[in-house]
Amino acid sequence: MLTYTFDWSIITSGKYFEWLLSGLIVTLKLSALSIVLAFILGLLIAVMRMSHNRVVRWIAHAYLEFFRNTPLLVQIFFWYFGSYKILPSVVNDWLNTNGFEFAAAATALTIYTSAFIAEDIRSGVLSIPKEQMEAARSAGFSYLRSMQYIILPQAVRITIPPLINQFLNLAKNSSLAMTIGVMEMTYQARQVESYTFKGFEAFTAATMVYLVLSIVITVLVNMYNEKVLNLHKAA
Amino acid sequence: MEPLLDFSVISDNFTYFMIGRFPHGPLGGVGLTLYLAVVSCILSFFGGLLLALLSISRFSIVRYPALAFINLVRGMPLLMVIFWMYFLMPALLGKVAENTTVIMALTLFTSAYMSRIVIAGIEGIPKGQTEAAVSTGLTSWQVMLYIILPQGLRNMIPSFVNQFVSLIKDTSLAFIVGVSELTHVATQINNRTMAFPTEIFIFIAVVYFILCYAFTTLSRWLEGRLTWSKAM
Repeated sequence: MLTYTFDWSIITSGKYFEWLLSGLIVTLKLSALSIVLAFILGLLIAVMRMSHNRVVRWIAHAYLEFFRNTPLLVQIFFWYFGSYKILPSVVNDWLNTNGFEFAAAATALTIYTSAFIAEDIRSGVLSIPKEQMEAARSAGFSYLRSMQYIILPQAVRITIPPLINQFLNLAKNSSLAMTIGVMEMTYQARQVESYTFKGFEAFTAATMVYLVLSIVITVLVNMYNEKVLNLHKAA
Repeated sequence: MEPLLDFSVISDNFTYFMIGRFPHGPLGGVGLTLYLAVVSCILSFFGGLLLALLSISRFSIVRYPALAFINLVRGMPLLMVIFWMYFLMPALLGKVAENTTVIMALTLFTSAYMSRIVIAGIEGIPKGQTEAAVSTGLTSWQVMLYIILPQGLRNMIPSFVNQFVSLIKDTSLAFIVGVSELTHVATQINNRTMAFPTEIFIFIAVVYFILCYAFTTLSRWLEGRLTWSKAM
């Protein structure tokens, strides 16, 4: 049974190393692009969620509940296989010539993550005392301007640790993009396995990369919590 | 002009979406999705409990491996865990059914997250309770079993339900190793009919949403009730 011979050299150099490296680069690109877009979208949804207009609030609420309670994989499949019927043909043509897989994965990851980010931002905003908003309004700021200049800058500071964790989740979730053929880390590990039958080595390499990523991010969050947030409290 | 979307593909295949080829063949579709989620949830409850107890043990020889394992699994994407199981289980145990592989992977993955919930629940019980229990002569195992866990577990119920919602969503990844749960059934029907991907994926998204939203609502209701009964 245990006749497997390890051969670590295949993943530390040469063609297969390059495959894994290119996979890592795609994973990082996909995650970085999606986290930026998800942050912008999440901010918008969070502000809508706290709006005084009931219809706007309801739309944001429905958005949050729908995308948080649907599997990411199904969302990826929807954007990849199903979106062509509801998108204008100009967009479809552009997508078909410009790497549809990556765009579909990025769209799904952005929308899925934005729903979680919106809730993180909202709880950050709720932790800012109500008097701040009242003071801002009575100083003559409109609701949106008070949000922009007074509430959000403080809330975002508190929200940074959960946001960094969302980035980690996003990086892990981006592995699902392999199901539609985006050549990211897990896809390449799978690829190396099928070419060499050295699945143990290939999966170990991919696992280590994800682990290093998560350790680095955990350390960063802890540092931020200790340095910035405590400093903030003491001041 | 023809309508943009044509949902007849759903009504034509409705039974297949819901239970697969059951009762003439194996269970599939929504039925299998729920089966995988329920079985993995029960197993990972015990897995999480075990990991939590190990990771707060006084003996570092038990504590460190448990903590390392929890962090290892939490640092990995679920897809990676599924591939590991898919690839390792046959090497270690011989031939293993795909359903078992997926249940094992989901259990392993969710146990690590469950253990964090259990630890938080245990830490949420005031220290005075332990001290009082010890001073009445209970051993540390009895304190855990009769005093801490019964109270702690009750507070954890909403988080467990949330974890179950995550599990329902996570079962969709079973698609990748060919287990015929809802997502796999959808891709199958999509491959066969070719022309209705939008309708099919909107439909299964709505099915998942109904399942998950029902349990999310249950968890919020339970949370409200627990706070209420604590206030009494």
